[in-house]
Amino acid sequence: MKFGVVVFPGSNCDRDTLFILQNVLRQEATFLWHKDHDLGRVDCVILPGGFSYGDYLRSGAIAKFSPLIEEVREFAERGGLVLGICNGFQILLEIGLLPGAMLRNKNLKFLCQHVHVRVENARTAFTHRARPGQLLRIPIAHFDGNYYAPAEALSKLEASNQVVLRYVDENGEATEPANVNGSAANIAGLINPEGNVLGMMPHPERASEAILGSQDGRLIFESTILWR
Amino acid sequence: MIDPKILADHNITVKEYERIIRLIGREPNLTELGIFSLMWSEHCSYKSSKVHLRKLPTKAENVIQGPGENAGVIDIGDGLAVVFKIESHNHPSFIEPFQGAATGVGGILRDIFTMGARPIAILDSLRFGPLDKSTNRAITEGVVAGIASYGNSVGVPTVGGEVHFQERYSKNPLVNVLCLGVAHKNKIFLAKAEGAGNPVLYVGSKTGRDGIHGATMASAEFGEETEQKRPNVQVGDPFKEKLLLEACLEVMDKNLITGIQDMGAAGLTCSTSEMAARSGTGIAIDLDLVPQREEGMTPCEIMLSESQERMLIVAEKENVAEVQRIFAKWDLDAVKIGEVTKGGKLQVTSRGDVVVDLPVEAIVNLCPSYRRPARKPATLKSLQALKLPPLPLDLDKVFLQILSSPAVADKEWVYRQYDHMVQINTALLPGADAAVLRIKGKKKGLAVVVDGNSLYTYLDPRTGGKIAVAEACRNLACVGARPVGVTNCLNFGNPEKADVMWQFKEVIEGMAEACRVFSIPVTGGNVSFYNDTKGVSVYPTPVLGVIGLVEDISQMVSPGFKSEGDIVVLIGETKEELGGSEYLRSVFNLERGKPPAIDLEKEKRVHEMCLEAISRGLIRSAHDISEGGLAVCAAESCFLSPAKIGCILDLESSLRADALLFGETQSRIIVSLPSSILASFLALAKENGVEAAPIGTCGGRRFIIRYAGRKVINLPVEACWRMWKEAIPRLFSLP
Amino acid sequence: MKVRILVSFKESVLDPQGQTVKNALHTLGYGFIKDVRQGKVFEVELEGLSEDQARTIIPEIADRVLANPIIEKFSWQILSDGEKVQQN
Repeated sequence: MKFGVVVFPGSNCDRDTLFILQNVLRQEATFLWHKDHDLGRVDCVILPGGFSYGDYLRSGAIAKFSPLIEEVREFAERGGLVLGICNGFQILLEIGLLPGAMLRNKNLKFLCQHVHVRVENARTAFTHRARPGQLLRIPIAHFDGNYYAPAEALSKLEASNQVVLRYVDENGEATEPANVNGSAANIAGLINPEGNVLGMMPHPERASEAILGSQDGRLIFESTILWR
Repeated sequence: MIDPKILADHNITVKEYERIIRLIGREPNLTELGIFSLMWSEHCSYKSSKVHLRKLPTKAENVIQGPGENAGVIDIGDGLAVVFKIESHNHPSFIEPFQGAATGVGGILRDIFTMGARPIAILDSLRFGPLDKSTNRAITEGVVAGIASYGNSVGVPTVGGEVHFQERYSKNPLVNVLCLGVAHKNKIFLAKAEGAGNPVLYVGSKTGRDGIHGATMASAEFGEETEQKRPNVQVGDPFKEKLLLEACLEVMDKNLITGIQDMGAAGLTCSTSEMAARSGTGIAIDLDLVPQREEGMTPCEIMLSESQERMLIVAEKENVAEVQRIFAKWDLDAVKIGEVTKGGKLQVTSRGDVVVDLPVEAIVNLCPSYRRPARKPATLKSLQALKLPPLPLDLDKVFLQILSSPAVADKEWVYRQYDHMVQINTALLPGADAAVLRIKGKKKGLAVVVDGNSLYTYLDPRTGGKIAVAEACRNLACVGARPVGVTNCLNFGNPEKADVMWQFKEVIEGMAEACRVFSIPVTGGNVSFYNDTKGVSVYPTPVLGVIGLVEDISQMVSPGFKSEGDIVVLIGETKEELGGSEYLRSVFNLERGKPPAIDLEKEKRVHEMCLEAISRGLIRSAHDISEGGLAVCAAESCFLSPAKIGCILDLESSLRADALLFGETQSRIIVSLPSSILASFLALAKENGVEAAPIGTCGGRRFIIRYAGRKVINLPVEACWRMWKEAIPRLFSLP
Repeated sequence: MKVRILVSFKESVLDPQGQTVKNALHTLGYGFIKDVRQGKVFEVELEGLSEDQARTIIPEIADRVLANPIIEKFSWQILSDGEKVQQN
C-alpha cells in the first residue's frame, strides 16, 4: 500500500506520520506538497496534524483552498482512502468531506494528554482490525477539538454508524469528564457514509511504538494497510 | 550636539561616551549612538557579569562550541551533536504575558535552528507571584498560554520545566526557556560573515517598529507627543517561524550558506556587527533594501527594531539564487541588503547617505567591563538564624498541606496546555525527574532538566548555586542519564547594588565548583539583571539547564513505584536540615534558616551509584528527594505509579519527626526494587561508599509512614493524590 | 473603500469564549450584563471595485472564507470617510 502524507505550510505531524509509516510499519510512503496538483498514485492520503497556514482564521480554513486539496477531494470522490488526523480532521470538516465543525475546547485551553477512545464501528477500512467496543489509549493535542453538528445531523450520524470513535473513561463509559474537549456525543472520530474518509482528533502516530507508552494507534494504520 | 541629557536617555555614561569617541576617533551621530546604547547595554555586552562568568568551566573533550555563539554544542557520539541554550524573557512577559512568553520561545528556537539543528524540545522555568492573587493568576495564565501557543504551533514539544510561586515575583515574573536541538556534528553553522564580497541576505518577516530602543524607552518621559516612542510590544508569528525553520534547515542541509544569525535583541545592529566581528570582516548594508512593514521608519528605527522571525544570512554569490528559490518555496523572501566587506567596519547607507560608519570591534568587543562592588547583605545573618517551631501534632494534616502547596502540587494544569508529544520522541513525559527523548534510530536517548531553588540561593547563594547544579544532575541520574553539558540563566536584581553583586558572585562560584566536581562544561547561557520592582529585587534565581545522555534508552527509569511487594530503599542519609524547606514555607510561612548543606563529592558518588544500578538493571523506580522531603518524594512515587499503589515505610532515627519526614537533606534518592535484588543493591552502595537502607515496601492502597513504631502518616493514597492533583486547578477556579 | 465584516457564532451554537467573558464581568460586579457573544472583526480594504460590485463580493468572501456557515454568521458594513455610513 502506498501512503501520501500531505505537507501544508504549518503541518507539524507530517514527519511523525511518515516516520511511523516507513520505519515502524514498513510501508511505502511519501510527502505530498500542498502546491502540487498530483497525488502521484497513492492508495491512501493522510492529512496530518499541525497548524496549517497558522490556523489563524479557523483551524483548517485556509488549507481548504490549497491546490492539492482539490485533488484530495476528487480522490475521495473516486473512493480513495483519506485519513485526517487532528488538523487533518478539521480540514475534512472545512472542505465538507465530513459534516460538522470544530469549536474551541470547552475549557478554552489547548489539551495534550492521553485519552481513551472506544471503537464504535469496527467494520470500517480504518478500524476493521479492532474488536467492536475495543478501547484504545491514544493522545490528543488540540485547541479546537470540540465537535459540533446540529441535532438532526448528529442523529443521522448515529443512525448510519458514522461515529467511529468516542471519548470514554478507562472503563469504556462515554461520561462527561471523559469528554475532555466537550464534543457533541463524545465524538472523537467520524467516517463518511461511503466509508472511505475518516477524521479523528487523537493522534495514532503518537501511539504506535512501545517506547512512547502505547501502541494502540497502530491498529488504525494496520487496518488501513490490510483493507481489501 | 550630543549633550548629557541625550547620553542619559541612551543609558550611556560620560566615561563610556569618552571611550566611544576614543575608539572611533570622532563624535558619533545619533544613529551610531543608538547602536552603542544597545550593544553596550548590560543585556548585550554582559559588562557587569563578564568578570564572574569567566569562572565557570567551559572546556571539555565533548565541547564542540562553548559560550559566544547562538547556542552551545556538545558531541553526543554517533556523529551527532546536541545544540542547546536557555534564555530569559522576564521583562516582556510582565508587560504582556502572552506575547512576552511567546516571543521568548520564538527567540530561543531561532538560536537553535540557526546553528543547523532541528529543535526537538523546549523546557521552561517559570516564577510567578502567589496564585491566590488574581493578578498573578492572570500573568501565569498568559505566560503558559503564550508558551503553548508558540511552541505547539511550531511543532516543538514542551517536555518539562518547573514553576514556583513567591511574592517577590509578583511584579517581576521570570520566564526562562530552554531549547535543544540535534544536528550532525560536522554540519554546525556559525554566525559568521566570511568572504569579502559575499552577499548578505535578509530573510523572514518585514521590519516594523517593534520593541524599539529599550534604552530610550526606559528614560523617555511619556507624554502625549512622545506616545509614538513607546516601544511596541513584539508580537510573535509562530507560523512564520515554522516556515523560517524549515527553509533555513533546508538551505543548511544543502550547504548553500556560509553563515547565519537570528535577529533577536538589537535586531539588525546586533546580527550585522556580531557576524562581522566574529570573522574579522565588515558588513555594508543599504537600509532602502530592508523589507519594511511600516512607512517612514528612520535609519535608527530600522537598525534597532526587534521585529520577530527574521534572520541574516551570508551566502556565496553563486548560491544566492538557490537560497532564494528555497525560501520562495516556503513563501518567504530572501532579499540581498548588502555584502561582506574587508576592513572591519559596519557601514550603513540610507537614501544614498552614509548613516553609520563604525568599527565592528568597537561595537561588539570593546565595551568596558566592570568589576562592580560586592558586599554580603547585612540582613543575611539574621535571615539564616532559625528557631524551629514546635512539632505539629497532626502530621497527616501538615503532610496534605505540603502536598497541596503549589511548589509541590502536580503541574499538569500547566503541561497539559503544551504539546509535549509532537515529534514523537518523548519517552518520559512531564512530571518525572527529567524529560527523556529518544533519538530515532539510535540506542541512545537524551535527558533534560531545568532546575533552581531560589529560596536556597536567597538564604545562602554559594550553597544554593552548588545545589542547583547537584540537584539537576541528581534528577538526570534518577532517569539513568549522565550529564554532558550545562546552560544557565541567571536572574538577579540590579547589579549596581553591592548586595546583588555579592549574591551573583557567590552563586557563580558555587555553580563553578559543582560543575568542576561533576566534570560538566558550561556552554553558554544568559544573564538577566535589573529584576527589581520599587527597589526590591527578586530572589537570586539561577536556573540550570542540564543535558544528560542515556546510553541505552531501554534501561531508562521512571519515578513511579512499579509492583506490589517491591522494596523501597533510601539512598543517602537524613540530617536535621529544615532551613529553607518547603515545609517551613508552606506550613509556617517561614522563609529562613540555612539551606541544607551539600557535600559535592558525596553527591557525585550517589549519582555514580544510581547510574551503575540502573545500567545493571537493578532498580525499578528512582525519584530524587527535594522540596517536601522524603514523605513527598515517596508519595509522588505512589502517584506516578501506573496503578497508584501505596507503600508502608518504617523509619528509625533520632531526628525530630518533621525533620525526618519533610527535611530537605541533599544527596538522597528513593528507589524501589524487587526483594531478590536487595542484597546486591546494598552491596553496590557499600562499594561506592554510599549509605543505603531498605525503609519499606510498595503495595496496598494506603500511604503509611511509621516512625519509632508509631504511624505518623496514615492516609489513603487516593486522598493524598487528590490534594496534590487538584491544588493548582482549584486556585485557578477562584473568582 | 473599507469594509468591516463581523463574524460571530450562530445563536444556536454555544460560545464558550463569550460565556467566559460574561462570567468574568459578573465577578467584577457588572451583574447587569445579560449575555456576551464573542466574534471576529475583519477590516478589508478594496481596490478598483464599485460599491455595487462590493455589495455582491463581500457576502461571497464572508460566506466562502471568513466564516464557517455551519457554526458562524456574519454581518458587514462599508466604512467611508471615517466611520459607518452604510449598514448591512
